[in-house]
Amino acid sequence: MPTEPHGRPHLSFRVNGEPVELALEPYKTLLEVLREDLGLTGTKHGCELGECGACAVLVDGSPALSCLVLGLECEGREVLTVEGLARRAELSPLQEAFADLGAAQCGYCTPGFLVMAQDLLDRNPHPTRDQIRRALDGNLCRCTGYLQVFEAVEEAVARGAAARCR
Amino acid sequence: MPVRDLRVIGRARRRVDARAKVTGQTLFADDLRLPRMLHGRILGSPHPHARILGVDASKALAHPGVHLVLTGADFPIPYGILPVSQDEHALAVDRVRFVGDPVALVVATDEATAGEALALLRVDYEPLPTIASPEEAIARPSPQIHDYADSGNLHKQVSFAFGDLEAGMREADEVFEDLFFYEGNTHLPIEQHAAVAALDPDGRLAIWASTQTPHYLHRAICKALGLAPARVRVVACPNGGGFGGKSEPHRHEIAAAGAALRLGRPVKLCLSRQEVFYAHRGRHPVLMRLRTGVRRDGSITALHLSTLVDGGAYGSYGVASTFYTGALQTVTYRIPRYRFDGTRAFTNKPPCGPKRGHGTPQPRFGQEVQLDIIAERLGLDPAELRLRIACEPDTLTANWLRVSTIGLKECIRQVVERSGWRARFRRLGEGRGVGLACSAYLCGAGLPIYWNGMPQSGVQLKLDRGGGVTAFSGATEIGQGSDDVLAGLVAEVLGLAPGDVRLVTGDTDLTPVDLGSYSSRVTLMMGNAAVQAAERARDLVASAVAEELGVPAARLVFAGGRVFDAQDPERGLSWPEAVVVAETRHGTLGTVGSYTPPRSAARYKGGGVGPSPTYSYSACVVQVEVDRETGWVDVVKVWIAHDVGRALNPVLVRGQVEGSVYMALGEALMEEMAYRRLPERLTGEAGPLVHKFPSMLEYKSPSTQDMPPVETILVEDPDPAGPFGAKEVGQGPLLPVMPALVNAIHDAVGVRIHEVPVTPAKVLAALAARAAGRPARYGPTEWPPVPEVEPLVVPPPWEGGDGRALNEEVRRKAAPRPVAGVTRP
Repeated sequence: MPTEPHGRPHLSFRVNGEPVELALEPYKTLLEVLREDLGLTGTKHGCELGECGACAVLVDGSPALSCLVLGLECEGREVLTVEGLARRAELSPLQEAFADLGAAQCGYCTPGFLVMAQDLLDRNPHPTRDQIRRALDGNLCRCTGYLQVFEAVEEAVARGAAARCR
Repeated sequence: MPVRDLRVIGRARRRVDARAKVTGQTLFADDLRLPRMLHGRILGSPHPHARILGVDASKALAHPGVHLVLTGADFPIPYGILPVSQDEHALAVDRVRFVGDPVALVVATDEATAGEALALLRVDYEPLPTIASPEEAIARPSPQIHDYADSGNLHKQVSFAFGDLEAGMREADEVFEDLFFYEGNTHLPIEQHAAVAALDPDGRLAIWASTQTPHYLHRAICKALGLAPARVRVVACPNGGGFGGKSEPHRHEIAAAGAALRLGRPVKLCLSRQEVFYAHRGRHPVLMRLRTGVRRDGSITALHLSTLVDGGAYGSYGVASTFYTGALQTVTYRIPRYRFDGTRAFTNKPPCGPKRGHGTPQPRFGQEVQLDIIAERLGLDPAELRLRIACEPDTLTANWLRVSTIGLKECIRQVVERSGWRARFRRLGEGRGVGLACSAYLCGAGLPIYWNGMPQSGVQLKLDRGGGVTAFSGATEIGQGSDDVLAGLVAEVLGLAPGDVRLVTGDTDLTPVDLGSYSSRVTLMMGNAAVQAAERARDLVASAVAEELGVPAARLVFAGGRVFDAQDPERGLSWPEAVVVAETRHGTLGTVGSYTPPRSAARYKGGGVGPSPTYSYSACVVQVEVDRETGWVDVVKVWIAHDVGRALNPVLVRGQVEGSVYMALGEALMEEMAYRRLPERLTGEAGPLVHKFPSMLEYKSPSTQDMPPVETILVEDPDPAGPFGAKEVGQGPLLPVMPALVNAIHDAVGVRIHEVPVTPAKVLAALAARAAGRPARYGPTEWPPVPEVEPLVVPPPWEGGDGRALNEEVRRKAAPRPVAGVTRP
């Protein structure tokens, strides 16, 4: 791994489809790199121990708790955060459904839920309620009681299917 | 104005702040970064009770990257949320009272450096004896945790006698006496508390914080730091969950402000998850005794409720919490004679405070489980019993609270019908059961935290030439949807879409005071202020448009972004045109609205806790399956009916109901703030009272896998006190769930659990007791020797009282006013 002359390691990876290069403190977690070095504050701190799911992102298409991943581990990888879900100004189907159906109350856990739900739909475009429940069981939400979250995922699936039929 | 259909209110729609939340653009306090910002970490006490003999910061200060170390000596002025409990300092001055009590602050270039420096601080402590429970507080009056306690380590003792209790008991056919225990639990917001303090370009202090109550934080910072209010700005960032835990000034907020003042640089202070557990201010553990006299028809003749409240180490909202454990029984059921004794003890644990339901879920749990016992003994259906004893509309209660509209009976009827209660109760077979319970809650506390006669909510509107409308309000968005309520109400009155209304909220520099997002007050109080401001703006615009069009103002309709003649809808102006006409006629356009709750009929000391402009009601049925082998309780389904007056946005109302049910199931089944002393051989008597599991992994809260289906029924009977008839929904629906669940367990396996959380071990213990021929219950069995105090004697309305106590010296500021609508229960 390349390092700068004064010792800070250099990291080169892709975030939300764009190349990023930076020198970073080697102890920094991916969560801290995203929030502090790149200003992508959509990904949240909830515990820094991998217990709440608020910091979930996708690394090379697989879910990861960014508080448990070192920034340095992401060399050459592709990271997707909540900021990468919308296409330009257009919200993703999941974002639209979350907004419409009350799946975001305080909104603090929402980025983690959206990322995990997106991962589910990427792997399984027509999940059952039980599959949704299982896919999101590592994400804690204290506001909603989860039911409107489940419904939003189902709504996004239904709208997607309807869009494909048109 | 001509009456027209509502276009916004009552329609299910996307909340106005939804886009920000699903894109991650909502800026929470921890998301803020300012140039030259430094970072702080706080050293918490390792002792539950100790004198601080000295702090040596020299090594920490010498650590590279450290800019500042502060200790209690830097914060000599005490503060606290209640005027009667000014017992906190940002950092402990000479004594620590719980493990985690903040002792010192290190500010450094980054959090990691600050953390390294914490380890270099040397603090000398002299450990003191500790108190782990109210029972120990009774037994051990010294050393006192606080010297301002009523006596020894009993922080506050209150007692009220509303009517002749024993006469009521003599009228009863049977008297029931039961003990219950409600374990403490915590809010567990996913957002950890955070604050950023800085000096603005003019040298004034500004702080952005995860607070539910910017106005109260503003007052506390000014007091604790000796600053003039005009020199301090508090901005409440959207909260990543509050639930009551961010509704009082927190140590880190005052500490960050003090550090920024000294350094002249921005300072960010974020709590770790463990620190959030120790900051706490959550549900008080409460031991309860209910003695209830009942006639054969189920009517209550008298109730004596005693509560013993574990307050933790500081006052917090605790005096109010203690009053609240006794306040709302009477607004639910007719109780002609009522005695309430409440005692709050200081203990060496993190301070308890307000959590969703504030002091009322605990006695509600006891009362609703006892009603189930009463119904069983009297051979009455639990729903029928409650229908018989529910309060009537437009009545004053024994403790002088006014019940105006009450949808309780309708809630019971609907939840019974929708759940198929009659086909399920006692008919589901072994191991399966249903239970029912009810509740009531405030729609805003009738009195502010500090005495004043000013409005509790203010809203300002600005109309600009382009048709833009901006609403300014001190209310704080904590997820509950206050932004959406504000925009929705203004939009409805002005005939606009909610998204047309720009919002500026929770900023003491820019917005009129709103007391904050607590006590379920925002929808009703801020809502009424918003409606008033919007109606004044509408009238200004209407008068100008009327002149322009030659149409009487009374005929103008505001709808669909237009102002037009009701008799000739084609004749009208677009909203931007109407605003231009109005500004031409009136000059710059702005209006204000404000809300002050009606004066309470209760005029006895302590009568300030409980009054509310109106009350919401809920009824709940829970179905469970109980595994006799493991004691595991599986919640099959929850049906809940809530009297919301009118649902302003049904999507959000349903979310509040379901979120309440969720949080209630956590409290009922798994959540507990449990502490332990380390073994004496390791530590001596003063061994740490440490939290057993200050992490989100081990402090169990329900996950997606634990959440049952919920059928939500909204009972809408618009209340004249609420904006468009709305009542609260954020807290009330939590209350009936715990007792309904415990009643369902009894229906399933015939045992009663008089204690939450209902863990499998408790169910098994009750089943074992039953099998051994002992009482089929689990829960407390002894009421400790709580010292008696002389009650305030307050005759109920039907005994000729005037809302005052007989044995209290009262300066009569005004002649007694006649009280309307008094009927004897």
